Amino acid sequence: MDTPYTNTDRSFFAEKVIPNLHSELPHDISEKLFSYRHERISKPIIFIGISTSSIVAGALRTYDAIKNYIDENAINADLVRVGSLGMCSFEPIVEVQLPGKSRVAFRNVSADDVPSILDGALNNFIQSDVALFQYPSSILELWPDVPLINEHPFFAKQNRLLLRNSGVINPESIIDYIACGGYSALAKTLRQYTCDSVCKTVEESGLRGRGGGGFSTGVKWRKALTFPTNERYFICNADESDPGAFMDRLLIESDPHRIIEGIIISSYAISANKAFIYIRNRYDLTVKRMETAIKQAYDFGLLGYNILDSGFSLDITIKRGPEAYVCGEETALIRSLEGKRGMPSIKPPYPTEVGFNNKPTVVNNVETIANIPDILLNGATWFANIGTQNSKGTKIFSINGKVSNTCMVEVSMGESLSTLVELAGGVKPDQVLKAIHLGGPSGVSVTPDEMDVPIDFDELSSKGISMGSGGVQILDETVCMVDLSKYFMHFIRNESCGKCIPCREGSNRMYQILDNISRRPYSNEGHNTLERFKGVINLETLAEVMKDTSLCGLGQTAPKPLLKALKSFRDEFEEHIFDRKCKAGVCRDLRTFYIDVDKCTGCTACAKKCPTNAIIGTPRSPYFIVEEKCIGCGVCQTTCKFAAVFFK
Amino acid sequence: MKEKVNAILEMYSHSGRDSLIPILQEIQEQVGCLNEDAVVMVGKHLNIPTSKIYGLATFYNQFRFEKKGKHHIQACNGTSCRMNGSKWIIDYIEKNLKIKNGQTTRNGLFSLEVLTCMGACHLGPVISINGEYHTELTPVKLKSILDELIIE
Repeated sequence: MDTPYTNTDRSFFAEKVIPNLHSELPHDISEKLFSYRHERISKPIIFIGISTSSIVAGALRTYDAIKNYIDENAINADLVRVGSLGMCSFEPIVEVQLPGKSRVAFRNVSADDVPSILDGALNNFIQSDVALFQYPSSILELWPDVPLINEHPFFAKQNRLLLRNSGVINPESIIDYIACGGYSALAKTLRQYTCDSVCKTVEESGLRGRGGGGFSTGVKWRKALTFPTNERYFICNADESDPGAFMDRLLIESDPHRIIEGIIISSYAISANKAFIYIRNRYDLTVKRMETAIKQAYDFGLLGYNILDSGFSLDITIKRGPEAYVCGEETALIRSLEGKRGMPSIKPPYPTEVGFNNKPTVVNNVETIANIPDILLNGATWFANIGTQNSKGTKIFSINGKVSNTCMVEVSMGESLSTLVELAGGVKPDQVLKAIHLGGPSGVSVTPDEMDVPIDFDELSSKGISMGSGGVQILDETVCMVDLSKYFMHFIRNESCGKCIPCREGSNRMYQILDNISRRPYSNEGHNTLERFKGVINLETLAEVMKDTSLCGLGQTAPKPLLKALKSFRDEFEEHIFDRKCKAGVCRDLRTFYIDVDKCTGCTACAKKCPTNAIIGTPRSPYFIVEEKCIGCGVCQTTCKFAAVFFK
Repeated sequence: MKEKVNAILEMYSHSGRDSLIPILQEIQEQVGCLNEDAVVMVGKHLNIPTSKIYGLATFYNQFRFEKKGKHHIQACNGTSCRMNGSKWIIDYIEKNLKIKNGQTTRNGLFSLEVLTCMGACHLGPVISINGEYHTELTPVKLKSILDELIIE
């Protein structure tokens, strides 16, 4: 792909802007930056959000359709690829900016909609039903009947600091990022700060690791910095692998240079000359965007030897993680980088003392790193004023599940959990909110009456809730808690590294027990019922043992969803065990089928198919199902042409 | 196959254990899977016992030991897809094509890979066949897609 900027742009930035980044830019240069920020434009620009989630929704087809439309009608317009705004349910999102007019966004633009929307928009007419919002501006004319972005309910409650460029700038172009104020934090840091004072600023800011642990970032850095050695390493952990968490991925895809800037500053703080970004191999677009960004940073002298004439050198290498959930744990990640099986080791020694190649190594999460440039630019007090007493700043969540609008949001610490449900537009119509699940396979489900807890590391953990990395699932009454616990336990069973016995055997046994209570015995012989009761009695003890004795965080937190579900939704478990019923209808084995006598014509189709001969009757009159014989396979329901079979 | 592996190993001459994973990734990308010969060659090149390499490759989800089928099915089993019924989709594939995660059908037509999250939670359940996404699936919808591919 060709570079998104010309040689003139490149030399303008390399010669005029970058050397002046540490101070106020001269007037004529900052004037010129307006056009790079698309504030003063001479021809229409069409933006399209391309990210992992929008590609699945068909954004590439829309992109091609727009390209064709521009070519066919010979329109003099630019087509710019941007990242994700976080509104996954409205993707593909296309934005149009005309000269002198404010930028306006359209939702769910499929390839077929392109001509009608662009025909209108390029001729100063927009259908307000497809228009989503417009960007506010003091110098540009606003569109009538379109809400401003800060009035839109989705954005109004957010505090978008890390996401402020996401979906707005072109992630494949470094000059867009610099024009929006990027890399000035780096220039300032390299000129004005020593390693020690960067650590001090971050310590004072109160930034805590966003990967789930919540350990103070500044303290971690200082530990690595003060450990005597000749070489240190910095690792950016982008191995996001919680099922249902996609915010780090979208953050990198939408604003990769923010991460790179953060990595350079962090490496400078611990005086590391080598940094790694550990990204999952499967995230093709994420890796590609990061590669492009790193290449451009080298090209502009922001990476490599002697960055900005400061004497500090840094190389960043992308390492493609071969996909193992446990590699999110820092010691396991380091083993994986060294070319070994990703098995965690006992701490201490911490990686800040003995890490990669036995040298001090700092591993930070993507979101933590994204906070760094702003902290250095605006100072520790600015950051410490956002959030609560012990948790500063903002947190990004990806909200999905049984929800109206799947989305990625950024809220200030201290907002209540119910805000997240609100931001996502609540559950689907005609459904009742049952719980929200935070933190994937090592998180817990929070019932609606506990949802006024503020988002804060200490407040949440005092209630037994862990913030996790930021994946949030909204559950409604159609979700079965037993099935969800089983799903998470199955996940842990597959991903357990097998080093310590409590986790390896415990997760397997717990999965078997949960499987047993959500399944019908295939025959009444043997000791199935006895096994089931015995298992359930052991379940809680087993979970406690696993929690107490596992080696790493994976095993220690694995029983948490189950223990919390047993506490909050005990009746549901009991219903499965004693009544052999699943209210939500998810555990298919427990369903009992019935035949609607009014609809059944007695065609015998289902009776012939039934594997256990549970359907009996006389031909041409309604049949019925013998409950004791039914194994709930559902063959009758799929066979019936008259929709007479239903289940309770 | 051997030439391809040799070419890859040449790029990684004078490297140690830390380039083992990139080498295996490269081989898988170009050859399609890790077979016995390739693992032995890598072992000789890096001076690491074959058993250790095999141990590493089976640990990570990425590596597969059977060639991808003509139609490579990636099915998402993330939390959100699961709630929307990905279990039945994966069950359907497993039962009807008689393959499990990481396997390929005997005629080499289909192969299955179950992923933890594809990042398209609003459109679940999602599968991708050779990079083409199929969203909001039901077993009925899936049946018509697979039938079409089989007829082809």
